[in-house]
Order: sequence, then structure tokens, then C-alpha cells
Amino acid sequence: MTPTSGARPLPEPTPVSQPFWAALREHRIRIQYSPSSDTWVFYPRTLAPGTLADDLEWRDISGAGTLYTFTVAERPTAPPWADSVPQLLAVVEWDEGPRLSTELVDVDPADIRIGMRLAPVFCDDPDTGTTLLRYRPEDRDGSA
Amino acid sequence: MGLRGEAAIVGIAELPAERKQTRPELFTIDQYAQLARQVIDDAGLPPEVVNGLVTHGVAESEMFAPATLSEYLGLPLDFAERVDLGGATSAGMVWRAAVAVELGICDAVLCVVPGSLMVPRSQRQQPAATPPWYGASSGRYGSPQAEFEIPYGNVGQNGPYAQIAQRYAAEYGYDPRSTAKIAVDQRTNACAHPGAVFHGKPITVDDVLASPMIADPIRMLDVVMRVQGGAAVLVANADLARRGRHRPVWVKGFGEHVAFKTPTYAADLLQTPIARAADRAFDMAGLRRDDVDVASIYDCYTITVLMSLEDAGFCPKGTGMRWVTEHDLTFRGDFPVNTAGGQLSFGQAGTAGGMHHVVDGARQVMGRSSEAQVPDCHTAFVTGNGGIMSEQVALLLQGA
Repeated sequence: MTPTSGARPLPEPTPVSQPFWAALREHRIRIQYSPSSDTWVFYPRTLAPGTLADDLEWRDISGAGTLYTFTVAERPTAPPWADSVPQLLAVVEWDEGPRLSTELVDVDPADIRIGMRLAPVFCDDPDTGTTLLRYRPEDRDGSA
Repeated sequence: MGLRGEAAIVGIAELPAERKQTRPELFTIDQYAQLARQVIDDAGLPPEVVNGLVTHGVAESEMFAPATLSEYLGLPLDFAERVDLGGATSAGMVWRAAVAVELGICDAVLCVVPGSLMVPRSQRQQPAATPPWYGASSGRYGSPQAEFEIPYGNVGQNGPYAQIAQRYAAEYGYDPRSTAKIAVDQRTNACAHPGAVFHGKPITVDDVLASPMIADPIRMLDVVMRVQGGAAVLVANADLARRGRHRPVWVKGFGEHVAFKTPTYAADLLQTPIARAADRAFDMAGLRRDDVDVASIYDCYTITVLMSLEDAGFCPKGTGMRWVTEHDLTFRGDFPVNTAGGQLSFGQAGTAGGMHHVVDGARQVMGRSSEAQVPDCHTAFVTGNGGIMSEQVALLLQGA
């Protein structure tokens, strides 16, 4: 794809990452796991980072996690987000260990706290068939 | 292991910072040539002694940059190097040049970083380029940033640096008056340095706190100002250093550590790579933290300065907010930092912003900082910082 300044770039699945994006379309979260080091891996790779083990396998996870850090961006980080400030840019740490970059939704910026429990939100783009993974505060009873 | 301290910075050059350039537009290859000429002249040496060159790349020639520059300058090279470490590029150039000189590979090495975007533009239709807002993130197919960062708006520097500051705040607390004081002290320094873009424009802590919020907790005056400029140093062996015009600034120690590209994947976001780089630099040089007379700390944001001072070992982790209020960081103070204004107040001429700190440290040790000169200045600590505190370099420079 060739994004212009106006269009919000969407991810294009690759031969390496395709299982992750395919699972998101089904509203499931699948990431990689390396049995030899008992380590979960994100983002997708062909060899396990650190050990370079050739044993990565895809496994489903719940997607539940905690907020590692965030910011409330009052100025757009780039022109495609000019009409969507404040941007709630977040780093979420999955319960399995890896972190991902995402955005928070359904939350008042004043209520965001590092360490808060978060649940996944699957955001479908019908035009491209892409599903992005965003996060919102977990309900009080712990359910998503 | 390490340097013997027998290679020195013998010349420095830095163009005055300009928001909008009054100098003629030059291709980056010509900016390199002009700065090379300036730094060789500053050293008081003839161009033919130069047989090493380091570059970050030139916009006109995506590949083969060292060879293109060698040909353009008419200087055959025994050491030709390209460094790709973002804001740590300049400090990374200096230690690579010093190592090459100490190994005897070459005698004098140009470390030049053009810093002006105002280049001649072709009248012909150009193929559509990647939008400039991609910055340090790659939108190319297969790039991790294209897939896992850019779609969520995690692009540019402000957001990720604010995320680092938020994590710091959650762990150690955050006083916006402390980070503001860093900007204020550096502005005081800029007011003593005529080349700075904010020369003659002092600010107060309240000015910083009243400036617009960019990405919480980072405000506009916590952020560098992009300028047009460029900077360079010449690194040479001891024989040439003794023939030069200025007090040689010996490269005594260095450290470099690269930990990640995107801070989301940092093992620990609050343990920045400068910790390891600084420890190695001080060990190599056989110097202690209190030997340092002047520090030039890469300052893309005020939080970068604060965390670098902590992680480089000048104050205990988590105490920086108080420490910066208890110390005078101006050139008159007890711990002078960024005495030419830093990038916050001198201005950031793109990648040349990293060379600003090398030049600042060397200028002080040479005793050439005029109104902003720190008395009895013999030892400078300089940092470079690339990406989002993801690749960092420490240098120790000494006058004897």
C-alpha cells in the first residue's frame, strides 16, 4: 500500500505475521511461543528473539493485560490523526509477558492509570478486512 | 581494553542555528563539503592530511555515501565509515574515528553532519515519496513499525517520550517544575551563546508550564526546536594534534549500547542504555563522575536529560527531579550542562543535533566558549541518544 498524508495506514499482513492478523479477524488473539525457552514472543518472527531458536509455534491467549504506560497526545502524532485528538497511545503488557503498542478506547483520559487491568477490543475495518486490536478498562467483575 | 587516549578532536565547526535559513540552499553533499572545509581550517591543518571520513549518509546518494563523498571532496580514504544511530550517530562517529586513528588505520578523520533541509529542489516531477511524518518509523512492507506501531498512531517522538515520562512518573514521581528548570537553565546558557536560535530570549519555569501540552506530561518548551544548521569535528592522531591550532581534546573513553528500536519492546523502559555506555566510558578512561567539569547531555526532551543524568551515574536513580533543582545547570553553576543551550535552546539541526553536544564539550575543553566558558574546564562528558532512548553513546573528552 502507498499511504498518503490523509489516509490512516493499515497493517498489511506478511508471510510471517499472517496467523496473527487472521486470528484477529476471528476476534481471537494468537501470538508465538518458544517451547525451548518457555517464552512468549511478540511481534511475530521466524526465530525466537535472544535464543534464535527455530521452534516458534502459534498459541491462543486471552488478550487480558495491564497498562504498562500511556500518554494522552493533545497534538496529533501525524497528519492522519489530526481529527482524532486526544490520542490515547498505550503500551499493554499481556499476562503472558510480551507488550504491544495500542490505543485505549471507552475510557475518560483522567481515569487512565498505569497498572490498570485492560481487556481487548476488536476493531474491524470492513473495507479492508483488517482488524486492529485496541484496549479498554476491564469490567469490575473481571470480564471483558 | 579500550582507547589509550591518543586520538584527539583537533577542530570543531558549528553553523549558527536558523529557523528559516538565510544561507544559500545547498545539497547535503555540499553542506558536508562546506563543513569539512570549515573544520579542517579550524584545526589549522592542510586538507591533504585527511584520510578518514565518517558520514550518516547524504540525501542525494542513498548508497555508497563514503565513496561518493571521497570522490566529491577529492580525498582518498583509508577509513570510510557510515554510522546509522539516529541522535547517537555523532558521538558514535567520534569513538569510531578515535579507534581508527589509534589502530593506525588513518591519521585524521572527518566527522561531519549536515543539518539543513533547505536543499535545491528539482523542477522535474519526482516520484511520490514516503510522507515525511513517518520520520524514524519505516512504513515499508515487512517493517515491524509498519505493522505494529504506525496503525495505532505510535509514530514520531513526542508520544513515545511521553510514555517514558509517564512510566517514570508512576514509579518515581514527576515534578513538571523540575523538568522545566532544565529547559530554563539551558535557555540561560543559550543567552550566552550567540549562535543559538533562542539567543536573547530568556524563559522562566512558569513559561514552560504555560506552554501548550503536546503529549502529557510533555509541553512545548520541553521539546527541541528544529533548526537549519550543521556541525563537525576533526579527529586526528597525536602528531597532527600537536601541529594543530587548538588545545587537543583527547578521546579518553567511550561506551555504546543499543537495546531496541521501539520502546514498547524495552526490557525495562526506565533503565536506559546510557547506564551501561557511561559505566564503560568511565572505566575505560579511568575517570570518576566528579572528575567531570562540563556535561553535554543529549536533550531532545527535558525528561531525556533528567533520566540520562540519573542513569549515567551523576545522581541516584529516582532522585533526578530533586537533584536538578538543587544544582545550577548553567555555565556559571556547580554542574554545567549543555553550555551552548543544548538542542532545546540552541536548536536541533536534524541529525547534527547530536554533534552539537560533541562540539559543546570540545569547545569548553579547548577554552573557546567565550561568555559561556566554564573556568578550569578539562573534562567533558558527552552523550548521544538515538531513537526513543534506544541507542546511546557516552564519550569522555579531556584536555590533557
